[in-house]
Amino acid sequence: MNMQVGVLALQGAFAAHSECLTSIGVQSVEVRTPEQLSSVDALLMPGGESSTMSQLLESSGLFDPISTRIADGMPVFGTCAGMILLASEILDGRSDQRSFSAIDISVRRNAFGRQVDSFESTINSSVGDFHGVFIRAPRIERVGDGVEVLGSINNEPVLVRQGNVLAASFHPELSNDARLHEYFVSITANRKKV
Amino acid sequence: MVSTNGSSSTGTQRVKRGLAEMLKGGVIMDVVNSDQAKIAEDAGACAVMALERVPADIRRDGGVARMSDPEMIMAIQASVHIPVMAKVRIGHFVEAQILQSLGVDFIDESEVLTPADETHHIDKFDFTIPFVCGATNLGEALRRISEGAALIRSKGEAGTGNMVEAVRHLRSILGDIRKITQADSAELFEWAKRLQAPLSLVQEIAETGKLQVPLFAAGGIATPADAALAMQLGAETVFVGSGIFKSADPAPRAKAIVEATTHFRDADVLARVSRGLGVAMTGIAMDEINETQRFASRGW
Repeated sequence: MNMQVGVLALQGAFAAHSECLTSIGVQSVEVRTPEQLSSVDALLMPGGESSTMSQLLESSGLFDPISTRIADGMPVFGTCAGMILLASEILDGRSDQRSFSAIDISVRRNAFGRQVDSFESTINSSVGDFHGVFIRAPRIERVGDGVEVLGSINNEPVLVRQGNVLAASFHPELSNDARLHEYFVSITANRKKV
Repeated sequence: MVSTNGSSSTGTQRVKRGLAEMLKGGVIMDVVNSDQAKIAEDAGACAVMALERVPADIRRDGGVARMSDPEMIMAIQASVHIPVMAKVRIGHFVEAQILQSLGVDFIDESEVLTPADETHHIDKFDFTIPFVCGATNLGEALRRISEGAALIRSKGEAGTGNMVEAVRHLRSILGDIRKITQADSAELFEWAKRLQAPLSLVQEIAETGKLQVPLFAAGGIATPADAALAMQLGAETVFVGSGIFKSADPAPRAKAIVEATTHFRDADVLARVSRGLGVAMTGIAMDEINETQRFASRGW
């Protein structure tokens, strides 16, 4: 199938995500402009600094087009800062920080602490068990009714899905394991078939 | 230092290099107080470097330059959400212990401060916090990586507003990486000898074609075009030291450099954000600085 997955490349770990997609034979496109966005079937939002990305989304003219595409059902996968951008509520963020409200969760920025507290750990999930890397990670503090919890550590949700929106508080792109990318690609492929 | 509790570990190389991955494409700005830190965050900085004097002032004042006052670092930590970095003197592992105790997110073992040890760098595996170190060439970069650095930056010649040295360092590091990917297995032994770097790291580069950790640019970046030049040469993001807060109008310049770093290949964006920024920092030509005043030659 001819599928293009965009990786939002304004700031953050976009290169590592592109490498993951390449490793499973999926064509990826770095997205920095509305034109680049229009060529993709799905969008990956990487980790990085959510306040930086939020500002660059505005200055690059990408915020509204991405919002429209998500509303039209484009599959999106946000990791860490990317998850914050997708959340319906951001706690401890900057007051001017905007999000797409694409998934009904409340997320607290840097709730796992500063870098000294960053960690890696095993995640049990219905998609499989993963080695999760958590970097100054956000915490999912509330999960809405329509949201499915796919993975957790210590009974806390860290991987969630609502329709075509997938969000993780950890970094699958940092652990040489592309199974979650494969899962996201399968969501996109199913949508393309319809 | 790696600590493990059940199935969970902190301080691993993956977690350290992971934060460096998160900073890619963002701008790390030098700030001397919480007001500047807020201006930097408002402008879209992905991290700030907290220090008492920007390199231009250290150069002007002379004397011994040390780690900043913890109080000033804590005030900056309290004022922003983004990661806060701070500098220690080369080899001064106790300054690093103090910064780790403050919960600083990244430690810069920096030639901009006066070195504390003329032979040894810090054993960075001893720490939970990741380190960034400067390098002028690939050998220096690999020695720092072998000591546990999670991020390498060019040294440039900090505090000059002149990026000629940063360009030299980036071209040297990336040029040698390109050559190593063309070398045969016997030549790699010679490369390791010439670079004075561990053979295993040289062999790894031959295989992957890239440095083991992210490579950022630092030293003399003062304009959006400077940032984009570093990126087009192959840096994965930029540190801007004196260039922002030594300019006539810091906030718009900071924002322009953030946009230029993201859209570094788009000349139309670069032209738009470069307009009307006022006077950049004056800067110093290299031949105005004698050898003993050069920061880049510090580090071994």
